Order: sequence, then C-alpha cells, then structure tokens
Amino acid sequence: MSIENNEEFRPKIVAFCCNWCSYAGADLAGSSRLAYPADVKIIRVPCSCRVNPMFILRAFEKGADGVILCGCHPGDCHYTTGNFYARRRMTLLFSMLDYIGVENGRTRVEWVSAAEGVKFSTTMNEFVEKIRSLGKNVRLEDLRCRS
Amino acid sequence: MQRIGVFVCHCGSNIAATVDVKKVAEMALMEPGVVHAEDYQYMCSEAGQLRIQEAIKEKNLGGIVVCSCSPRMHETTFRKAAEKAGLNPYMVEIANIREHCSWIHKDMEEATKKAVILMRAAVAKVNLNAPLQPGESRVTKRALVIGGGIAGIQTALDIADAGYPVDIVEKTPSIGGRMSQLDKTFPTLDCSACILTPKMVEANAHPNITIHTYSEVEKVSGFVGDFTVDIRKKARSVDMSKCTGCGVCQEKCPSKKTPSEFNRGLNNRSAIYTPFAQAIPNVPVIDREHCIKFQTGKCGVCAKVCQAGAIDYDQKDEIITEKYGAIVVATGFDMIKLDNYDEYAYSQSKDVITSLELERIMNAAGPTKGHLERLSDGKAPKEIVFIQCVGSRCADNRGKSYCSKICCMYTAKHAMLIRDKYPDVNVTVFYIDVRTPGKNFDEFYRRAVEEYGVNYIKGQVGKVIPQPDGKLLVQGADLLDNRQILKEADMVVLAAAIEPNPDVRKIATMLTASIDTNNFLTEAHAKLRPVESPTAGIFLSGVCQGPKDIPETVSQAGAAAVKAIGLLAKDKLMTNPCTAHSDELLCNGCSQCANVCPYGAISYEVKQVNDHGIREDRRIAVVNTALCQGCGACTVTCPSGAMDLQGFSNRQILAEVDAICR
Repeated sequence: MSIENNEEFRPKIVAFCCNWCSYAGADLAGSSRLAYPADVKIIRVPCSCRVNPMFILRAFEKGADGVILCGCHPGDCHYTTGNFYARRRMTLLFSMLDYIGVENGRTRVEWVSAAEGVKFSTTMNEFVEKIRSLGKNVRLEDLRCRS
Repeated sequence: MQRIGVFVCHCGSNIAATVDVKKVAEMALMEPGVVHAEDYQYMCSEAGQLRIQEAIKEKNLGGIVVCSCSPRMHETTFRKAAEKAGLNPYMVEIANIREHCSWIHKDMEEATKKAVILMRAAVAKVNLNAPLQPGESRVTKRALVIGGGIAGIQTALDIADAGYPVDIVEKTPSIGGRMSQLDKTFPTLDCSACILTPKMVEANAHPNITIHTYSEVEKVSGFVGDFTVDIRKKARSVDMSKCTGCGVCQEKCPSKKTPSEFNRGLNNRSAIYTPFAQAIPNVPVIDREHCIKFQTGKCGVCAKVCQAGAIDYDQKDEIITEKYGAIVVATGFDMIKLDNYDEYAYSQSKDVITSLELERIMNAAGPTKGHLERLSDGKAPKEIVFIQCVGSRCADNRGKSYCSKICCMYTAKHAMLIRDKYPDVNVTVFYIDVRTPGKNFDEFYRRAVEEYGVNYIKGQVGKVIPQPDGKLLVQGADLLDNRQILKEADMVVLAAAIEPNPDVRKIATMLTASIDTNNFLTEAHAKLRPVESPTAGIFLSGVCQGPKDIPETVSQAGAAAVKAIGLLAKDKLMTNPCTAHSDELLCNGCSQCANVCPYGAISYEVKQVNDHGIREDRRIAVVNTALCQGCGACTVTCPSGAMDLQGFSNRQILAEVDAICR
C-alpha cells in the first residue's frame, strides 16, 4: 500500500460549492480560462449549509485526500443565514477531524462570490498544492474502498 | 435502477478540443443503469434536443445525464426537452464538463479522465432522482423601486405606464438623485434639471406611482411574486397634507450652519430644508440633529411662521408594510472619499475640489450662483487643472480597480463649458487614457481639444502642493514628451472614482441579492441577463449594477421595468419543487429544524403514525412547500436524519461523493 515514488501523487479532492455564489464563481473561473488542477471535482449543493458533516466523512472514508467547502461570503448568503450554520458546523467538524489525524490542511472552508473567478482558481491551486505536500490521506479511509 | 441515457456534447470545439467526447460516451455505457450513450456536436441545438427526445422515447429512458456546459446555462433547456418527451424534468442531471473541465484543463487525457468522473457522479445521482412536481404561487401585482434617482424614476414610470402600481422609496427628502445635482449633461449639453424635472413631476403626478421620500426599506421577507416589505417613513416633522411649500420656514429658520448635502457641503442650509428648489415633494423636513428646537427645546420659529400650521414637532417615524411582486434596486452611487489620496491636497486646500463639487459651482442654483470662482478667496481662476482617474483603475488597494466610465466625458464637458464661458481661462487635463465609447462621445471630446483648445496631457499627477500665495503647484509627468511638469494652478479638479451607494450592501443582504467585492450588485448573467439579480424577482437599474452614464442608466431602467412587468403580468408562478420533507417515522418533533429555517416554513402537527405496526400520536415536523426555498439547513440540523431535501437528498449527494472518490 505504499505510495509509488516514481509516479506523481495525484490527490482526490472533493469541492462542495453552493449554487448561488461559489458554483457560479467556478463557472466564471472556467469561462475566464483560469486553470486549476483536474484533481478538484465539484459537487453542486443549493447552499453551504446543505453540506452534512457525513458527506465529508464519507469522502475521506472513500479515499479523498482533501475536502473543500465553498459558499457565499458571510452576510451574502442567498438564504440569509445558511453559510453561518456551515461555518459553525465545519469549525467543529474540522477540529474533530484534526484530532483523529486528518490534518487541518486537508479541510478548508472558503467564501467565493459569483464574481470571484480569480479567487476560486487561486484557492483551488493553493488547496491542491497543500494536499500534495501533505501526501495521501491514510486516516479514516476504508481500505476495502481502495481500488 | 433507472434506465439512463447519457448525452455528451462537443459544444463545437469548446469541449471536444480538450475532452475525448467519444471516450466519455463509451465509458458511460459501462456505468450501472446506462442503456444509451451518444455524443453530438451541439446538444442544446434543436437537432440535439430532438436526439434526446427520440432516445427517451425509443429506449424508454427514466433519467438522463447531459454532459455539457454549466447547469446554470442549459439545465432549463434540457429539462424542457425531456418534458416534451414525456419525462419528468427533474429526472435530468447535468455534468458540467465545460466550465469545470474542458475550459480549464489543457491536457486531453487528464481532462477526459475528469469528464468521465463528472459524468459518473451525475449518473450516480440521476439514478436516485425522483420525479418532482412544481407547486404554484401567486403574484402580487405591485412593484417596489428602491431609490428615486433617474434610474428609479424611469423604471417606476415605465412600470406604471404598463398599468401596474409602483412605490418608490427614496432615502433623502426629495427624488431626483445625482442627476439633479448636475449642471449640464454630455454630449448634448442639455441642462440636467430641464430634462430631469419633467420626469420627476410626471412620476409625482402618475396615478400608479406612490412616492415615499425620506424613507428607507427596513425589512424584506418572502420571495418572488410575494415579497413583504417594511418601509420606515422617517419623521419629517412637517405635515405633508398641510404644507403648501411656501418656503417661509426655511427663510426664517435661525439655524443655518448645516453643510448642504445637495451642494456637497460647499455652503450651508437651514435646519428645516428642502434639498433644492425643484424638490419633489416640495415639503421640507426638519433635520432634528441640527434643529435648535429639538436640541435645546427653545425656538419654534418655523411653527410660528407657518401659516398652514404644518409643523409637527411630535411626528414619529412610521413603519408601513406593503406587499410586492417585484423589487427593483436603483440605489445609485456616490463619489469615493478622498482620504487615501491626500497627495492631491483635497483636505488641505479649498481650491482642490471634486468634479461633482465643480458641477455645483457651475450650476446657477449652486453656492456661487454659477460663477466660476475659487472657494478660498472668491477670485476668478485663470489656470485650472483636471486630474483624471483619482481612485479609478487602481492596481493597489487604495482605490477601485474598475474604470468609473463617466469621468472622461464629464471632464471634457467641464473643460468645454469653462472655455466657452471664460475663454481666458487655461484648462489642462492630466489623463491616463481618454475613453469615449458611446454615441457622439468621441466627437464631443475632439471638439473640446480642437475647437475649445483644452490642453490634454497624458500622464499622472504625483502631487499637488498648496503655495503660501494661495496658488496650487501641480507636479506631473508628460509621458508622451517624457518630461516632468511643474504647473501653477488656481484650481484643481479631481475626477474621483464613483462607488455604489454604501447602503446598498445592507439592502442586498435584506434582498439576498448577490453583491461583488466592489459593492456592485451582481447580475444573473453578465451578458444575457444584465438587469436581473440571480435572486428571482429582484431587478437592477442604474449604477448599483456597474458604472454607467445617464443614457445607459435610462436604457437599463427601461429594461429592468420590462422584466418586472413580465413578472407582474403573470397570475401564477411555478415554485421550486426542491423542498425539504420530513420522514414521519424518524422525526421526533424536537423543533431544531424550525429553529434554523430562515423562512419559517416548518411547523409541527400531531399526527398518527404507524411505526412497524404500533399506532401512536407523534409530534411531527411539517414543511410548508410554498415557503420552503430549499436551502437544506434543516436537513443537516436534524439529529435523527428525518429531514431530507428533494433533488439534493442525502443519498444523492453521497452517491456523487462515492462516484468521485471511486
């Protein structure tokens, strides 16, 4: 199960993006041709508050190396208060994950508005860079899921 | 297991150039449930949609995945196409392989791999989709316009002319906005008041328009077609029904030391005031902060001189609640504060002014009665320097990154008007670029240079230094001649950047409308839906959406009105069926979901449930689907996992996670 040294490590990264700000921000990054690594795969959710901690645990269990949650800037939530709930939940979840060995660098919350294509792209580049430096996630992963 | 069809779009070469679309279709056939997969040049075209419809019928598909552009572009298109073929529109999922894949990756192998994974996630999700039926909601046939400048007035007039009632809410004591402060307008040099005041009068007299001045929007709830808005009508301290607008109170008011907002603080006004002579309504307000009666209890001159007995010191703020179907934001702009640009000595010298202040100085109703004079000593200036892009097009955080768009033209106008009226005054303009896109704009600028002899210098000014003799030393650079310039001026005019009205952020939050980092409201689509907010039922008019001049503002105001009319003309709206639902068997009635619901959509009912043969009465959460907007806050809060969101259910999202991590 050791990582092949001669092959470049390509992390699996799941990005949850809210429909109103961050998904649109990712679309803008796309239409502006602002590249970020293909390791990032986006899942659209109506609001950052729709992201159940269970989804993030499941991602790690299934072999994700990093999970990022993007929502509207605080105060700008399409549903008024959704991102505040998300922020609190993730603060708790991430500290628990850190405690059990999923380092804080593997999880991130970022606020990206629909107009911030550049921010979306730079955030994803940074995040992928960070995960690459952390290497493969070995905690929480259900080895039976590994292909 | 659904019978699933996968349709991979080439989008010309937009997708096909970086993603091996044939491979994606081929791989799709290996996914569980997929019975049909094909690729096509343009799936969104008539022919592409027909292919989808035929496949749905022929292969009896129960769900489809379209691998194409963002769902924000064409989800509706494909849902409609599916519906035509008899498939429930909510059995359609989009894999975004353009914005999120082909456009950002260069390597074909890598992009194809990612496209396959995105396709898998969408297939996994659609497998768990269930047919959904949208509900209906009614439309209140009344519109609200926030802001009474030219944008708000024009929007209100257009909506009112179409036969719908409109309310204008304006923060200041009069409608008119920035345009009422202008002297002349480019490129035709019409007098601003002469073209604006007829519109103000028309709005005031229109049977369908109600104007609430000196009022602010306090609270907004509800959703498209059915907004409920609280409007605070600030206490005017003057009875609007009695006041005749004679103006005696303003004349006699002993407190005359308040800087006039309308004249940009260049002169003072009385504590009881109307902002300008043509104000609508022509009813003054008492500025309680500066009124002697309110501050010390002694005075009451205005009440004594008012023949109509309209002064009412006991008036209180009043909150009115109204229902609206559509809301148009027209909150306009202000000039930026110049604290960050002290090298131009704005705070040190009275003779360094902003363009809007110059506008007031040149206006016959302004503080100098239209005479061009220095504010420090009242002398006529002989040498005037204009500095462009003060705070606009700033690379650093000091100013704004954007171009304010109107400055080049109004500076050409100012320069031309000054040279026309005072031919002995020299006018120099320091500019970075002169930008004159617009009908007859460049011709106008060229006239300023060629006919009126305005001296344009390409280069920025580094510093303005006030001299002991009252003159201003301007240090600049001429980039074309590559030399430093030292110039003595009597007056310096700064083309300060414009920024959205600072209150707009508060309003955007109330409306849950998107706003960008510069405080401009975001449009639903930069090109195709420029006057709509992504939040349904909210429309954008004027500079709140981006810098623009008067003609553009008026066209956008009309466009926003048309969009609002289109909404108001409908009797019923389809509601989003992606709402929350609680599982009766799992819900324990703890009320946590109701606590986090921003819409008050969750209530509790005592219901008899049959839990594995045991019948009992339980307190159960019930979602009002007409109120639920589908954010999903409750689904995560629910400790027993009873709440789930249709269209974005736990199982669907987990299936996507699994597919991506596979």
